[in-house]
Amino acid sequence: MSVKAMTAAQVARKVIDNEPLFILDVRNGDAFADWKIEGGNIQYLNIPYFDLLDGVEEVIDQLPKDRDILVVCAKEGSSIMVADMLADEGVETAYLSGGMKAWSEHLEPVKVGDLKDGGELYQFVRIGKGCLSYMAISGGEAAVIDATRMTDVFLNFAQEKGAAIKHVFDSHLHADHISGGRQIAQATGATYYLPPADAEEVVFDYTPLEGGFDAAFGSSKVEALYSPGHTIGSTSFIVDDQYLMTGDILFIDSIGRPDLAGLAEDWVGDLRESLYSRYQALANELVVLPAHFMIMEELNEDGSVAKKLGDLFKENHGLNIEDEQEFRDMVTKNLPPQPNAYQDIRKTNMGKITPEEEMQREMEIGPNRCAVR
Amino acid sequence: MNADKVLDAKGLACPMPIVKTRKEMKDMDSGQVLEIQATDKGASADLTAWAKSGGHELLEQQVDGDVLKFWIKKG
Repeated sequence: MSVKAMTAAQVARKVIDNEPLFILDVRNGDAFADWKIEGGNIQYLNIPYFDLLDGVEEVIDQLPKDRDILVVCAKEGSSIMVADMLADEGVETAYLSGGMKAWSEHLEPVKVGDLKDGGELYQFVRIGKGCLSYMAISGGEAAVIDATRMTDVFLNFAQEKGAAIKHVFDSHLHADHISGGRQIAQATGATYYLPPADAEEVVFDYTPLEGGFDAAFGSSKVEALYSPGHTIGSTSFIVDDQYLMTGDILFIDSIGRPDLAGLAEDWVGDLRESLYSRYQALANELVVLPAHFMIMEELNEDGSVAKKLGDLFKENHGLNIEDEQEFRDMVTKNLPPQPNAYQDIRKTNMGKITPEEEMQREMEIGPNRCAVR
Repeated sequence: MNADKVLDAKGLACPMPIVKTRKEMKDMDSGQVLEIQATDKGASADLTAWAKSGGHELLEQQVDGDVLKFWIKKG
């Protein structure tokens, strides 16, 4: 019996294709309850590895014979141990190479559409954490929006496409993940834009991103639309009058939370105005591309996360609360727990602290939790 | 804090800190205290959960630079 490694990319494919999978998660119960590999056709068993050190016999009865079994832990060491023990008992399994850390860092590029004159728009789905980044390419030039810290993925992708990255945007100062925007701009000589209202404490140079601003790349352009509410600087982007990147203001099945910078009461009015006035004035045909997804149901069949604005006005609960007080209560009371280490993540994105890579990984453990439903 | 025994698990990755802790504990008497020194960040949550599930008591936990220290009383 052999123990095989399964990569995060292979697991991501299975999730997107809705293939059956059985996950034996050997992390401790709290870690499993907080955050796990999600998918429509996944069955789970959570038994911590330290309860299996005396033997795996008791687990074998609980494992299916008709679907692939994947053993998962935080980094991979314990899952290899358990997979080896199972192999000794004649049970074939695979382990997740790199564990949940690799799962958290995997980016799946998905094409979401064509731009004029042969341009293309790609969404980078960080499937384990629910972060979405974008690269729009036209005429050998590219614009990157809300890049994560896995900067090599973006740099290599642009190179493969023969595109020079010209513009790098962050829709707001992120609190759930560490931005790769500044590093990508440094590596390519691109301009790095941040909304100035979010950047008061930032310690590096950036180009202020104001509403109404636009930037050209190839035959296409990105326009900035000021849309505060998740943060006071939150800015949306419109690409070629076709696509609307909503940042953390509007998601497919939820809306942004206004509290991650500590000012829920102050910003709820801004959030209401952005969603119910500013977005309402836009064309229904725009395809909404958010900066996050929260649940796998938000993924389309091809793995992309995108829906027309007109459909969201019909279907998204957060866009259909007529009573202003009810809206106010929803987004300021009963908020979900805040993302792991969100204060330190904000400081990192301001350039105030520069944790080592291993530390950055630890800070980003867990789901993104940027929405209220 | 006083310990009857000290386990150096520094530089070891998961699952080894727990595997070694468990082995040391087997040779100890109920009520004795083992000090564990580890550098793997996951050790904190895992030792806490392991001690609980094994009926042991995590008396104290400290951070000393890069080193995480735990004192566990055998149950």
